[in-house]
Amino acid sequence: MEKIQKCSCGSDEEGLLERLEEIIISFKDKPGALIPVLQATQSLFGFIPEEAILKISEMLNEPLSKVYGVITFYSFFSLKPRGQFLIRVCLGTACYVQGANEVLTALKQQLSIDIGETSADKLFTLDVGRCFGACGLAPIIMVNEEVHQWVKPSDVKKILNTYKKQKASTKEEINQEEIS
Amino acid sequence: MDTNKYMQLVTDAAALNNLQKTLQQSKEYTSEKVFICAGGSCITSGSMKVKDAFLLHLRSTALMDSVEVMETGCLGPCALGPVVVIGKDDTFYQKVRVQDVKEIVEKHLVGGNVVESLLHSVDDQKISRKSELPFFKNQDKQVLRNCGKINPTKIADYIACDGYQALSKVLTTSTAEQVVEEVTISGLRGRGGAGFPTGTKWNFARKSKDSTKYILCNADEGDPGAFMDRSILEGDPHSIIEGMAIGAFAIGSTQGYVYVRAEYPLAVERLQIAIDQARTYGLLGENILGTGFNFDLEIRKGSGAFVCGEETALITSIEGNRGEPRPRPPFPAEKGLWNKPTVLNNVETFSNIPLLINLGGAQFAETGTEKSKGTKIFALAGTVKISGLVEVPVGTPLRKLVYDIGGGISSNKKYKAAQIGGPSGGCIPAEHLDVPLDYESLNKLGAIMGSGGLIVMDESSCMVDVARFFLEFVQDESCGKCVPCREGTARMKQIVEKICSGNGEMKDIDELEKLASTVTNASLCGLGQTAPNPVLSTLRHFREEYIEHIVDKKCRTAVCKELIVFEILDLCNGCQACKKVCPVEAIRGEKKKLHNIDDEVCIRCGLCLSTCKFEAIIKY
Repeated sequence: MEKIQKCSCGSDEEGLLERLEEIIISFKDKPGALIPVLQATQSLFGFIPEEAILKISEMLNEPLSKVYGVITFYSFFSLKPRGQFLIRVCLGTACYVQGANEVLTALKQQLSIDIGETSADKLFTLDVGRCFGACGLAPIIMVNEEVHQWVKPSDVKKILNTYKKQKASTKEEINQEEIS
Repeated sequence: MDTNKYMQLVTDAAALNNLQKTLQQSKEYTSEKVFICAGGSCITSGSMKVKDAFLLHLRSTALMDSVEVMETGCLGPCALGPVVVIGKDDTFYQKVRVQDVKEIVEKHLVGGNVVESLLHSVDDQKISRKSELPFFKNQDKQVLRNCGKINPTKIADYIACDGYQALSKVLTTSTAEQVVEEVTISGLRGRGGAGFPTGTKWNFARKSKDSTKYILCNADEGDPGAFMDRSILEGDPHSIIEGMAIGAFAIGSTQGYVYVRAEYPLAVERLQIAIDQARTYGLLGENILGTGFNFDLEIRKGSGAFVCGEETALITSIEGNRGEPRPRPPFPAEKGLWNKPTVLNNVETFSNIPLLINLGGAQFAETGTEKSKGTKIFALAGTVKISGLVEVPVGTPLRKLVYDIGGGISSNKKYKAAQIGGPSGGCIPAEHLDVPLDYESLNKLGAIMGSGGLIVMDESSCMVDVARFFLEFVQDESCGKCVPCREGTARMKQIVEKICSGNGEMKDIDELEKLASTVTNASLCGLGQTAPNPVLSTLRHFREEYIEHIVDKKCRTAVCKELIVFEILDLCNGCQACKKVCPVEAIRGEKKKLHNIDDEVCIRCGLCLSTCKFEAIIKY
């Protein structure tokens, strides 16, 4: 589990905790609020920091152990910060029989990371998915919410470069979009 | 169609009829149309840029005001995307690029001549009409009737095509009992996989005296290779809302939830738009169509757990917990969400309901087989020429799907098997290609209808590796609550991995079958109970491949890494490219002389094979 890190550029990520409070209040009276609140937290911070877990537990009146249990059950919640671009390689059946494993190997080699890890420049996190429902275009990979189709191992370098070049929009902006 | 222009509160059945008539006579409805597929796959292929190009090029013609460029839900042939259909003469254009649009506008829309180069061809014959393409001609689109015809983000389009008429019919002319009776007569069975009769399920919940009941839609389409529900959610979301509202009326519920998996952001977006529109029109909320019936809907997003597609796990997840299943009975119809009677149906099942009500149960039952009625949507993928979404009457032979609709195998290899039903299903080998796709026939072959994922594999797929793939999947997705599933699938995976690595023994096959029986019989939920199916089915139809791996230490498809041998042929001219890329220095040979690979050192990474420009390296 990791805590919120203060950004060196001076922007105070702790301000996000206040936003989180507002979110919790808006969900509080709905039955089964814990998971929607955690989904909003994941979008807000890019991961679920320790401070957020404490706050959610307190405000929703749910034991810490339960909150932690729910977070670790679902693959979309992360206790560690993720890179700016989350690459998910589909390992569904259609993609698998069309060579997704070779694409995954190429990504691992190019990024020098394993599944679940984040590259040293904090740009990419590599993960695998179980079918994104675009089997007609297999094999596919998803970078954040963008889908790349008919990916060959030799395409990997080019795809990564387009993201490296993409003017890195600040994380706050991405979060803003996701929440709104 | 401009939704806002016709926006109004639909206060009763007569108002709905009037609105439908107004919409059907409107300029938007009768105008000439260019349909652009806005299904998830076509968007990925660039269909939105194609749409913009149409708007741009039309602007400079006289057709600007008379032709409408319309986004529609998934048309089906995902592999041919972006797909464009010209409404006036039903011309089907495939793989349309932005630079092709100018020609379509000038030559076809203005000039009236078809652009031949963008047509689909079968055996070198160009076909222009969508309805004459084998892919469409051999289908029977009932549930997908609106996909490709309406704009999924505009309720007016849905209403113009008889939308909400079924709801209006049951609210004004039927009792709850009559609705359940009609669904029972139709013989509709749950499309999520298990095939439980929908009418029976609804009847259980209806009979409960509890004043609070829930109706849930399972849109947690997790089977790898399945994207039917995604396409309905994205292409015709109102049909789900209408189906759920009718179900709510039948069982006496006022609140519904749709549980959509997190991997489908576009589906969530379009469904939310549809729900908001239905509320604005008064088709969700209080006193619907002035009948006193109240019903509202909420979306709950999944968070990436396959097991949540199991009904009790899904309910537990909506309640805000770890999505672990619980024993049944009590069944959800008795004690479901927050311990209240609950009906849970799949997306496709709900989407069938408005159709069934409009047709009447008896007429609905005319399609299909004796025990399985209606149509079924399949997601056709793998090594098939036209992968995509298809709908056929239940009982259609597999061969028709693969060859007539899918166009046959895309590679130059032969058909080997079709994997149907995902991790709970099985493989159908070539000798059973004529099996009718219905619940009973597939069960006899050790496969299941499942939710509708159908992956075609050619001879390059290793069936032992396919079994290993599915075991890895279920092992990864097992929630861990019950021991047989958690430990049993792990042990089965170890054994199959051992066979794939060339260390298998003949007794491993018996061990696999024994374990499979324990996991099937002793697991708590459907995930574990069906987890051994891919192994049992490959053992049944492709046992000789297991034996080859064990006895001959050979993988005939050269998929299982440890059993592959790489060899350099005489074609090698000694360019040394392979020698340079080999990460373990397993390749030896002097410049301009034949190289060779040291099998002991080789780690079978395949880099040499992909590097060689002279096809001098083979693997077997």
